[in-house]
Amino acid sequence: MSAPSTPLALFWADFRENRVALAALAMVALIALAAIFAPLIAPQNPYDLATLSLMDARRPPGFVGSGGYVHLLGTDPQGRDLVSAILYGLRISIQIGVAAGAVALTLGATLGVAAAYLGGRLEALIMRAVDLQLSFPPILLALVLSALLGQGRLQLIAALVAAQYAYFARTAYGAASAERRKDYVEAALATPLSGRRVVFRHLLPNCAPPLIVVATVQIANAISLEATLSFLGLGLPVNEPSLGMLIANGFPYMMSGRSWISVYPGVALIVLIVAINLVGDQVRDQFNPRLRR
Amino acid sequence: MLGFVIQRLIQAAAVMAVMSVIVFVGVYAVGNPVDIVIPPDATQDVREEAIRRLGLDLPLWRQYFLFVGGVLQGDFGRSFIYNEPVLSLIAGRAPATIELVLISVLCATVIGVSLGVYAGYRPHAPLARAIMALSVLGFSVPTFWVGLILILTFAVSLGWLPAGGRGETVLILGVRWSFPTLDGLAHIALPALNLALFKMAMMIRLARSGVREIMLTDTIRFARAAGISEATILRRHVLKLIAAPIITVFGLELGSTLAFAVVTETIFSWPGMGKLIIDSITLLDRPVMVAYLILTALLFVTINLLVDLAYAAIDPRVRSGEAR
Amino acid sequence: MSPPVLDVVDLTTEFALRGGGAARAVDGVSFSLARGEIVGLVGESGSGKSVTGFSLMGLIDPPGRVAGGSVRLNGAELAGMDAEGLRARRGREIAMIFQDPVATLNPLLTVGAQMRMALAAHARTPRRAADDRCAAALARVGIPAARDRLAAYPHEFSGGMRQRVAIAIALLHAPSVVIADEPTTALDVSVQAQILVEMRALAAETGLSLIWISHDLAVVSGFASRILVMYAGRVVEQGPAEAVLRAPRHPYTRGLIDSLPAAAKPGEPLRQIPGGAPSLGALPPGCAFAPRCPRAAGACRAAPPVETREGARAWRCLFPLEAGA
Repeated sequence: MSAPSTPLALFWADFRENRVALAALAMVALIALAAIFAPLIAPQNPYDLATLSLMDARRPPGFVGSGGYVHLLGTDPQGRDLVSAILYGLRISIQIGVAAGAVALTLGATLGVAAAYLGGRLEALIMRAVDLQLSFPPILLALVLSALLGQGRLQLIAALVAAQYAYFARTAYGAASAERRKDYVEAALATPLSGRRVVFRHLLPNCAPPLIVVATVQIANAISLEATLSFLGLGLPVNEPSLGMLIANGFPYMMSGRSWISVYPGVALIVLIVAINLVGDQVRDQFNPRLRR
Repeated sequence: MLGFVIQRLIQAAAVMAVMSVIVFVGVYAVGNPVDIVIPPDATQDVREEAIRRLGLDLPLWRQYFLFVGGVLQGDFGRSFIYNEPVLSLIAGRAPATIELVLISVLCATVIGVSLGVYAGYRPHAPLARAIMALSVLGFSVPTFWVGLILILTFAVSLGWLPAGGRGETVLILGVRWSFPTLDGLAHIALPALNLALFKMAMMIRLARSGVREIMLTDTIRFARAAGISEATILRRHVLKLIAAPIITVFGLELGSTLAFAVVTETIFSWPGMGKLIIDSITLLDRPVMVAYLILTALLFVTINLLVDLAYAAIDPRVRSGEAR
Repeated sequence: MSPPVLDVVDLTTEFALRGGGAARAVDGVSFSLARGEIVGLVGESGSGKSVTGFSLMGLIDPPGRVAGGSVRLNGAELAGMDAEGLRARRGREIAMIFQDPVATLNPLLTVGAQMRMALAAHARTPRRAADDRCAAALARVGIPAARDRLAAYPHEFSGGMRQRVAIAIALLHAPSVVIADEPTTALDVSVQAQILVEMRALAAETGLSLIWISHDLAVVSGFASRILVMYAGRVVEQGPAEAVLRAPRHPYTRGLIDSLPAAAKPGEPLRQIPGGAPSLGALPPGCAFAPRCPRAAGACRAAPPVETREGARAWRCLFPLEAGA
């Protein structure tokens, strides 16, 4: 750990050897860029109701609408250009996934490290609660919470955080408590004024690798959960459709052969999630000393 | 062993007590159910009458104990929407969900473990790589999307299987089941497949990583050194050694499959508990929500208990109280 | 003299490296083993001694492979033999015991079940007769109340007893060769001594030949009749135990002997060989020990020294120590 860039460079060198993971990383970056610059790339602002025309609704890919441009992937039941809707939808998905992941990471890591560092009753209390929550499926929690909290981005993020923080807490606790029990940490704690140092120099850095792995998985999960909730009509408001809601809107038209409304947003969603998971898989394998050559 | 069972039973009861408080307070903290049981233009008198009738004027802790008292007598209250006892409402929907969940979890486990064991045993074989690619896909693709694709492919394009409903049912032990009839099986195939895919991906990964690690242990080397055949090693050593984690996950997944059934039932119009809970959530039908959540919690606690007992049955070290 | 039980010539085992090439973990190892003989195979960790054991068993997993040489067991050539042929000989003619008895036995199966499995690998036996044989095998390695202990699980045995169970399994079919890969390293010193004594008695009694792998020259010195010293995949010195210990010819053997605690005078620091074992992927072109060797000269770095034989002894060194030194 002497030269800070060296471990990272080594990590990157290993990562580059897996071509699938490298392609997946490139895909995540590409999608993220497309989502960030969606207002510049998209032919239409799909949330501006004034630009929508019902005349253009449910048109197949290739249709030239009233806007005078080609709808490459067709239009949705409200007459939105699907390319634009997908780009904006990805924007929402990534925003919510990353925000929920970041908050859940902070909250979970704090709780886990605190439990490991403080020990005693507080440790027992925190970890009991976390374990109890872990025995319940996150989708059920998210479902009930988002129903109770109502629609909106903040509410949705809160529901996702509540459903996911426990995974971070358990992971951080596992790593931190293993480190906490080591002799050098015990020794460091025996000297005065070193609590903060122990937490920031020893416990947190040792939690980082497993937390990074969990974070990639959980961001993918958050995106998937958000889409599921929106599909069930419990996520975001109707006027700003996320990918899940675009898919839900297209669902009734699927039987009549107009499958593009559901299929293309779904493909975008899956490519994003699969790519994140592939990156996560590689990162996990690299952090797992047992699978190293 | 008996002491172990009693200890776990007490733990389970404590968890249920805590869960019931959390669910009750959680659900009652948000939303006002009075608005949905009276018409919007109702007079103040009607409104207050409704509040009294529902017991909403009492302090929360009294409401809770009234509720618990009812539950212990098998009374979960009446649905605001259907005006029917909640328990019979749920009981009427439960068989559909139970058969869907059981069939899909069993399929997922049997197929997933077989594929995973193969992939772990021959990690570099082309087929193993294909299996892993499948599992990444199954792991990543959201359940609702798989459901749509299944409908699009098998119901709309190919027209092989129906896209919704339970089909023909048979009355067994006073309950209607779909799986014994051919038509029922055709109806259950797609939703069960939909629900199974994610679990299968999970089982594949679990079995694969388990087998990979086990194959590197001295237990396997020693067995090979004794001249024991590969088939026997797989059957007697490897399967036994991965059984414990598989059973744990099987139990936990049974619960989470129940939760994901909410999504699958919505897509395939499967008249189970999942659709009921989604409807009650959107309509703020509190008694149904509370009952569903508490029954789910009970189910989870029971499953966890059974998993612990199964663990003890497999691993002699747990039985004799030695730390794992 | 009767033909050797095991005759190994030029055994070479390689591990494919990522990005092409291969590391030789075992490089041209030759030795033979007479009936009832105990040979000590000594070297630092990574010297290839365990891989030699696994190569003899035909238990090298990819990316490793036995790349060359000949292994004759009771007259049959094992190199190039099919998997089923090797399996049929493992446990029956050649067996192996491992270092950690906690890891070798399956914690979820009773000792009896594991023994019956090993028995069934080579002989169909009715249940009752099988139990009799297993109990007898346990009794022979000094496990009391053997018949009752068949129903016990491994965690119900102490470490030493577990290793005895593993030994009983290895001896079940009365193999002619047993490879013992540091089987006493994980045990208490007193248990270690007991097991050594018992194994020697068993070998003398039954004519069993033993290859005793150890990193500890002290363990092997009083136990084996012959010693093979391995360094970086090669046998650098072999010969009768007493002669090798008294007058080593290879500087590495000298270093090993000098670094034994018994070699140091009280109060003096223990001596050690400077430097560390080389990585098998990047061996120097000449003698692998040259970088650490006090006697090394230019010639040592040119090509690996060939084996010099002298009576029962052999070594690979250009500048061997004097016979009487």
